[in-house]
Amino acid sequence: MATATYMEAGRAALAEEMRRDPLVWAVGEDLGRGGVFGQYRGLVEEFGPERISDAPISEAAILGAAVGAAMMGTRPVVEMRFADFALCAMDELVNQAAKARFMFGGQTRVPLVVREPIGMWRSSAAQHSQSLEAWYAHVPGLVVACPSTPADVKGLLKTAIRSDDPVVFMEHKNLWGLTDEVPDGEHLVPFGEARVIRPGRDVTIVSWSAQVHVAVEAARKLAGEGIEVELIDLRTLWPWDKARVLESVEKTGRLLVAHEAVAVAGFGAEVAATIAEHLGQRLKAPVRRLGAPRTLIAYAPPLENAVRVTAPAIVEAVRDMVGRS
Amino acid sequence: MTGPSPGDNLDIKRLRAHHRMMWRIRAFEEQALRGLDDKVVLGAIHPSIGQEAVAAGVTANLAPSDILLSTHRGHGHTLGKGADSTAMMCELLGRVGGNCGGKGGSMHIADFSVGMLGANGVVAANIVIAAGAAHAIKLKREPHVVCCLFGDGAINRGPFLEGLNWAAVFKLPVLFVCEDNGFAATTRTHTMTAGAGAGARARALGLPTFELDGNDVLAVDAATAEAVRAIRAGEGPRFLHARTYRLTGHTGADAATYRSADEVAARRRGEPIGRAAEILGAAGVLSEELAADARAAIEEMRAAYGKALAAPFPPAETAFTDVQDAGDPRREAF
Repeated sequence: MATATYMEAGRAALAEEMRRDPLVWAVGEDLGRGGVFGQYRGLVEEFGPERISDAPISEAAILGAAVGAAMMGTRPVVEMRFADFALCAMDELVNQAAKARFMFGGQTRVPLVVREPIGMWRSSAAQHSQSLEAWYAHVPGLVVACPSTPADVKGLLKTAIRSDDPVVFMEHKNLWGLTDEVPDGEHLVPFGEARVIRPGRDVTIVSWSAQVHVAVEAARKLAGEGIEVELIDLRTLWPWDKARVLESVEKTGRLLVAHEAVAVAGFGAEVAATIAEHLGQRLKAPVRRLGAPRTLIAYAPPLENAVRVTAPAIVEAVRDMVGRS
Repeated sequence: MTGPSPGDNLDIKRLRAHHRMMWRIRAFEEQALRGLDDKVVLGAIHPSIGQEAVAAGVTANLAPSDILLSTHRGHGHTLGKGADSTAMMCELLGRVGGNCGGKGGSMHIADFSVGMLGANGVVAANIVIAAGAAHAIKLKREPHVVCCLFGDGAINRGPFLEGLNWAAVFKLPVLFVCEDNGFAATTRTHTMTAGAGAGARARALGLPTFELDGNDVLAVDAATAEAVRAIRAGEGPRFLHARTYRLTGHTGADAATYRSADEVAARRRGEPIGRAAEILGAAGVLSEELAADARAAIEEMRAAYGKALAAPFPPAETAFTDVQDAGDPRREAF
């Protein structure tokens, strides 16, 4: 096992899948020059400009063309640069990609992957910073992946490329440089299988994407106070590992969901409601969730920081839940 | 440029085939409208009565392995591409045996077995999908042509510009056909369209474009033949702008009171089936033979309707199938 950055792991996953399957190709703006963050650097040299294809700044055409190309048996990997820009292609993703298999009665499949980098990235402001994963979890037909580690980027991206369903693949921009161990070669992470980052008896924290690392910091601090957190990284929001979370909360009796996205109607609400429905009477404390306030993300660092779910905020919520505040 | 003239070499056999196809399309839709009155055809039906020459003339030039994408007004295109009328009627009635198992209905009819990749309920959405289908064909070095039909209302949506640009820059094997009936739903398209319209916009993007009388099936046939020849030769996308007229309202429920009876009566005189019959008659085809084409079409669609009526509705269980591999919709959400 070697170490790699989150970005390198994604690049390796795509390259391995393109070597394995000649029908896999990537398309998006500036891919030939390596992509906006360098995720595609070097790939055009190996695979040529037809398979690492530059596209006009036409999000609807990029995603719509991917739908048509997927229905014709190829496996496009679509780059949207920022999740915010993918909104220019919502019809193509929500009305076309997600629905084609069903509304055509199973005559076709749309095996495409849409890479939508999410999250706050210092001073990118309101149109380059959103975490919109909950929107897609709401749409029947879509898979939603939000990896938090280099190993998961590799394993989930490879699974996504091999999936016959359309997959919204959300990488966090603040994690591109994160370095960690990544299994060599055939490393596949299945959809809907959460990862327990640390076991604990007192409180279950559920998180995903970059927020997982904030929760790790909080859990360390809480451990120093004698509060043992069981931290679960969902990895995919649809499907999500309900069984794993239920099992954990049965044990701890307490659930906190923490995510970077706006709390209102966020995916944390789905997790919280599910646990409340199943375990309501047996909980030791009311289910809690932490997310951003329902405001926009500003440019100036102090304003940006004001909407973050921080480790101290998580620590405080957990202390409150266990009656130690 | 205008469409190539059919000239003096009138191919009676081919025109007769167009006549039959146009009658099949009309009979299918008239039967579907009766089904709407009977409340067994559900939802919205968008008839193309009066526009049959575009469907017949274009699809006659496509091979079974070629690909077609259509609009919410796509019964004619679908029949022309070779879909089975009984399966289509079953789909309109939401029954077992329908092309989409009763999940799509008229607006999402598709028959992948004949290369028909779907009608689309979102105006212009099929244009970028068609560009992508053509992109895949190019990547796989296959010889097929993609044909994308859309209405004049579509030219004011972004995917029209994006899809045509895409096809042109990647030099893709795709034929765009603007079936211009003058109305964007119930509003006259020219009242909300800047500039000279569909053909001018396509030319501005560098697509060789034919302007033609879409009620003249021979003109549509000849222009499509020329365009498809060029596309197959690797010359990139082509654009047809075919002017026609919708004799009915936007949907089966639309009385179309936004236009005068005189206007519709005048346009009825130029409708494509009568014009084809006139040419065939002048060329010596007996009126009984032409009447037989009509009768056969009406019989076919009546029988299709009867079979569809006799077919059961799909089991409710299928509301949960073909959603996605990951996650069971019956279980996962609760």
